[in-house]
Amino acid sequence: MTPLVEVIDLAKVFDVSPPWLNRLLEHKPRQAVHAVDGVSFSIHKGRTLALVGESGCGKSTVARMLVGLHAPTQGTIRFDGRDAQATWRGSGDRALRRRIQMIFQDPYASLNPRWTVQDIVAEPLREHDLVRDARALADRVSALLQQVGLSAADRAKFPHQFSGGQRQRISIARALATQPEFLVCDEPTSALDVSVQAQVLNIMKDLQRERGLTYLFISHNLAVVRHVSDEVGVMYLGRLVEWADKDTLFKTPRHPYTRMLLDAIPDIAMTGRARTPVQGEVPNPLNPPSGCSFHPRCPHANERCKRERPALLNFQGIQVACHGVAEGRIAGTA
Amino acid sequence: MAQPLLEVRHLRVEFPTRRGTLVALDDISFTIAPGEILGVVGESGAGKSLTGASIIGLLEPPGRIAAGEILLEGERIDNLPPERMRSVRGRRIGAIFQDPLTSLNPLYTVGRQLVETIQTHLPVDAQQARARAIALLKETGIPAAEQRFDHHPHQFSGGMRQRVVIALALAAEPQLIVADEPTTALDVSIQAQIIALLKRLTRQHGAAVMLVTHDMGVIAEACDRVAVMYAGRIVEVGPVQEVIHHPSHPYTVGLMGSIPSMDGAHERLLQIDGVMPRLNAIPNGCAFHPRCPRAFDRCRRERPDLMPAAATQAACWLVAAEREAR
Repeated sequence: MTPLVEVIDLAKVFDVSPPWLNRLLEHKPRQAVHAVDGVSFSIHKGRTLALVGESGCGKSTVARMLVGLHAPTQGTIRFDGRDAQATWRGSGDRALRRRIQMIFQDPYASLNPRWTVQDIVAEPLREHDLVRDARALADRVSALLQQVGLSAADRAKFPHQFSGGQRQRISIARALATQPEFLVCDEPTSALDVSVQAQVLNIMKDLQRERGLTYLFISHNLAVVRHVSDEVGVMYLGRLVEWADKDTLFKTPRHPYTRMLLDAIPDIAMTGRARTPVQGEVPNPLNPPSGCSFHPRCPHANERCKRERPALLNFQGIQVACHGVAEGRIAGTA
Repeated sequence: MAQPLLEVRHLRVEFPTRRGTLVALDDISFTIAPGEILGVVGESGAGKSLTGASIIGLLEPPGRIAAGEILLEGERIDNLPPERMRSVRGRRIGAIFQDPLTSLNPLYTVGRQLVETIQTHLPVDAQQARARAIALLKETGIPAAEQRFDHHPHQFSGGMRQRVVIALALAAEPQLIVADEPTTALDVSIQAQIIALLKRLTRQHGAAVMLVTHDMGVIAEACDRVAVMYAGRIVEVGPVQEVIHHPSHPYTVGLMGSIPSMDGAHERLLQIDGVMPRLNAIPNGCAFHPRCPRAFDRCRRERPDLMPAAATQAACWLVAAEREAR
């Protein structure tokens, strides 16, 4: 079965050079950040892939490239067998736009404060020319709002009249308006309180079951990821270091970085346990370490790790980019 | 029982507005023992940060303490004149805030800020202050502390900055540290380092901590006791294990159930429907009753105070009803 979404060798380089005059006068070099560097994955219909990692690991850049908010420097994005980039550039299948939607992190910034909820949720419908009649438009918006647990009377209100969780429901209603098949969710609950987060996650799960939606779920919260995802990809400094199905990844993490992350998370179930102290910090992406970018923090690093960059290899269905795992230096799991 | 280090009695904080007075904190009472780490948890707007701000005397006007008292070692500190309070803050109570970038002065080197703090509170000369500052930086795990002493805050990463802030808070050996969301702005791997550091240092220095956070994971990891706040009141307080595993208040039960757990046991998260009431629309009786699945008549009429429950103290009429039934 071909996957619904396929990403092959995706890369994004941002030019962060100082301005031209500074380069000229101060002899500063051009600088580039490899925000995403050779990331490949695929998602099957009805499944949820979660991308996790710390700030600056490139997970949000991947999300933005998938919906066409950034143009990839290199690589291919295929949606349902078609080239998505052609659509984003305006030359491809226009209908594809309707089938991919995004939910953003901050429900305070992603809704226009001067628009009513009716305008906000109806915008994609108008933009794609799906509903023309005003009456029908109002009905559709009401139905969408009810689906996410708001009421039809909320159509006339403005975003400031809602709490954070309710605003995120409005974002979800807007994303669902065009009846998409694929939703890219960039930290959809990280701005919310836990009890509200639970409401939003439950809605997202219900909608997935009812409509067979496919999600790319970006998060830094591993407990949330464990709750929502089917598969998990772990990113570190722009690269995918491990990709496995959820249960395997959480039970038997292979990559030392994944293990470190799992060990680092404070969890209510694990009070007072002894844990391995995490070493070091994420390096500056402007000047990433040679070889495997995790080697300065890795307890298993050797000479090869410093020299040679590991490729993502398949070990019994788990993709891991680590020399130690490939050579059998790092045992299966503890 | 020995005298508590900090005692908050019936604290009430109000914000006078044109449309009437908003009660942000209502009848808050708790104690912190010397060397104890008390967690204060709740959702945004529950009043947890305000509680911290009241203790360190940094309530933003027009907010004011309308009733109640705050005692440090049996001595009232809520009514001290600002200059006296300034010497208490820093010397006896240290503070750590959420965003390490805004709590450091960007124009001064971290060394200068540390030396300034040390000399303000302790009778030492410049050389001793410098030595002490470097020792503090080393203690908080900053590599090459001698060189880092002369660096500005922007030259530090987020995690390193928070270490500097912890060093600043510890500079005058305070007895109590009020830490308001100290790890919220940090990545998980750094977060774990900072919690471990905070725990280790406060133990070594014998300081008590009031740790304000919305993250139950952090509470479970770091605290001895925890107070759960809802709509400006403490609804449950007790030893951290008991509150997490055997909560009595329906809000705490819902809060715990809504947290996705790493053991991945639940298919569906428990959810508390609705949202926390706004300050201008706090319901009569128990503030939680409109969202409570087990609310009954008395909850709508009368407001419960903290009372002994199974393993904790909870402000809930169900607890009273159970006790009467027995």
